Amino acid sequence: MKDWLQYFVYGVTFLSMYVQIFFLVTFFEKRKKIEYRKGVIELDEYPTVSVAVPCWNEEKTVEKTMHSLLALDYPKDKLTIVAIDDGSSDNTWGVLQKFKDYPNVKLIKKENGGKHTAVNYAIENSNAEFVSCLDADSYVDPQALKRIITYFQRDPKTMAVAPAILIDKPKTSIQIIQKVEYEWAVFLKKMLALVGGIYVTPGPFSVFRRKVFTDLGLFRKAHNTEDMEIAFRMQKNHYKIDQCNDAFVYTTGPKSVIALYKQRLRWIYGFIMNTIDYRGILLKREYGTFSLLAVPAGFVSIVAVPLLLGLVLYKIINKIILYVAKVRTVGFDFSFGIPNFDSFFISSNAYLFVGLTLYLIVMLTIVIGKRMATGKYRFDIRIIYFMVTFSLIAPFWVLRAIFNAVFAKKTAWR
Amino acid sequence: MRYLQKRPLGGRVYFMNTEEKNDWKKYLIVFFITLFVFVTAFYVSGKMNDKKLEEIRSIEDTISIDILSLETQFDLFEELSCDSITDSILSKELNELASKIEYGEKNFDSLDDELFGLKKYYSLLQIKDFLLMQKASERCKLNIESIIYFYGREECKDCQKQGFVLTDLRQDYPELRVYSLDYYLDLSAIEALKSIYKVDENLPALIINGKTYKGFKSREEIEKIIPELIKIKEKREADAKLEEGKKQDIGSKEE
Repeated sequence: MKDWLQYFVYGVTFLSMYVQIFFLVTFFEKRKKIEYRKGVIELDEYPTVSVAVPCWNEEKTVEKTMHSLLALDYPKDKLTIVAIDDGSSDNTWGVLQKFKDYPNVKLIKKENGGKHTAVNYAIENSNAEFVSCLDADSYVDPQALKRIITYFQRDPKTMAVAPAILIDKPKTSIQIIQKVEYEWAVFLKKMLALVGGIYVTPGPFSVFRRKVFTDLGLFRKAHNTEDMEIAFRMQKNHYKIDQCNDAFVYTTGPKSVIALYKQRLRWIYGFIMNTIDYRGILLKREYGTFSLLAVPAGFVSIVAVPLLLGLVLYKIINKIILYVAKVRTVGFDFSFGIPNFDSFFISSNAYLFVGLTLYLIVMLTIVIGKRMATGKYRFDIRIIYFMVTFSLIAPFWVLRAIFNAVFAKKTAWR
Repeated sequence: MRYLQKRPLGGRVYFMNTEEKNDWKKYLIVFFITLFVFVTAFYVSGKMNDKKLEEIRSIEDTISIDILSLETQFDLFEELSCDSITDSILSKELNELASKIEYGEKNFDSLDDELFGLKKYYSLLQIKDFLLMQKASERCKLNIESIIYFYGREECKDCQKQGFVLTDLRQDYPELRVYSLDYYLDLSAIEALKSIYKVDENLPALIINGKTYKGFKSREEIEKIIPELIKIKEKREADAKLEEGKKQDIGSKEE
């Protein structure tokens, strides 16, 4: 390997390790502040909340989404549900008619204008103190809203709260590994929240104070990642974003690799483009961890993920070339027996040790995330399955997102 | 409070809460933990490599003692009892050493001086072994087949292939002694060998029974050059069968 490449690899690995250790240190520093509530809690006061459900061809899932909202443990006169059919071409509007008799449900049909226009429409047409949005492929836990509202009541400076998003009933193998990933994300989001570094308030059930939109304006069209842009905008204006790790929202993960690829491409592309749009607030002490660590860490992973795969492929291809050369000179070697075991040949490569440590730290944080999401510390073989699969497939959407960002190609929603 | 007001940053005064004030400390602590992980990894790796070099050195010392003792036996007795020579055959350890040195060259971060020294030592031991075996085969009328193999680490295209062939041969014929020498290793004994056998940069080069062969030689070609190899193998297999038969005889007698 060329020297400069080796230094580059070490540099990127150092930064990746730095980020993981930062999260781990944050966890041990603030773990007492993390609460896991079980059962029902009562609030002293129930503020008004309006939840927008933007739908675009969601006939299959929207009914379940609506039922989950109606089942929220929250006074009905304080909670308004606004379902907006954003010009669907399927039977979404027909399905929504089942809910027209509920007093706190509003149904709206409009011309297709994109997700953000639908949510904005709902925000503009309500006067609730808190506004939220729930993607029509996601379902809320009955206790989620109350638990989120406690965060606002405890700290008047908190302007938005993201929930803990989990994968709903994973079926395909791709969904099962996303389940592991989402549990890990619960940990990462919580750590980011504790140090003020959240850079996305996800579409499934992030709750905002109305003040956010009156002060900073409504959702904007932003590279199909409106929920990221609003978080960047809030960070720019020092608006506090928190995460409520015991408010669960279940979302449907993409079923196939292709669908997952499209979703991630959109996310990473959105991340790159939003960062470029908000480059002015990067690496400035004034904007705290968000600007010093959270967003830079995203970029480190964008570089590290393809680099790691490249490195592994390089090694494997070298081995194959060597093996082919051997077979071509002396033919197949059928003596498959394990050669005399000799501890001498156990690798003593420093980079291998560093890499293994990094993987162990990641595994540990996934297990902690699992505890936050499910209440159990347990190692699951699916963690390894997730790490291997994602290491292999993530580089493809990351590279494509970089390509699209460089050549200004826009991404699609689905 | 006064302290904060005295510290304008870019013309503006930042009133930070305690959490933010401690931030830089955390960044620093995390940096040192990360550094510690890296340093530990390098330290452990270095220690392990040292141990491996130590292992190579100790094998070399064993071989060196073997060679020296055999040489001394030759010097002491004009007519050495030829039986004892077979006992002191060294090739197994030399082969082991060869693979370990090759591994070291491929895997140790920088070609450190120590490995370089060990490689020179190894080359000398090989040449010594070669000379000693020549002497032994003359005196005791032994059939010891050997190949001296000159390779280049980078400049040689066919050396990798030649290496595969020789490793393969050695697996099939453990009696074959292969001495591999780095053509570019700065060692006077190697220079001497090069001039005796007229080896030039046309690598790989093989010296078999005093004759120099230049360029890649396939397995079949080598087997043609040393027809004795097949005979030796046949004899070994016949011996092994005999041995088996004897064992079975003893077994049946005991019953």
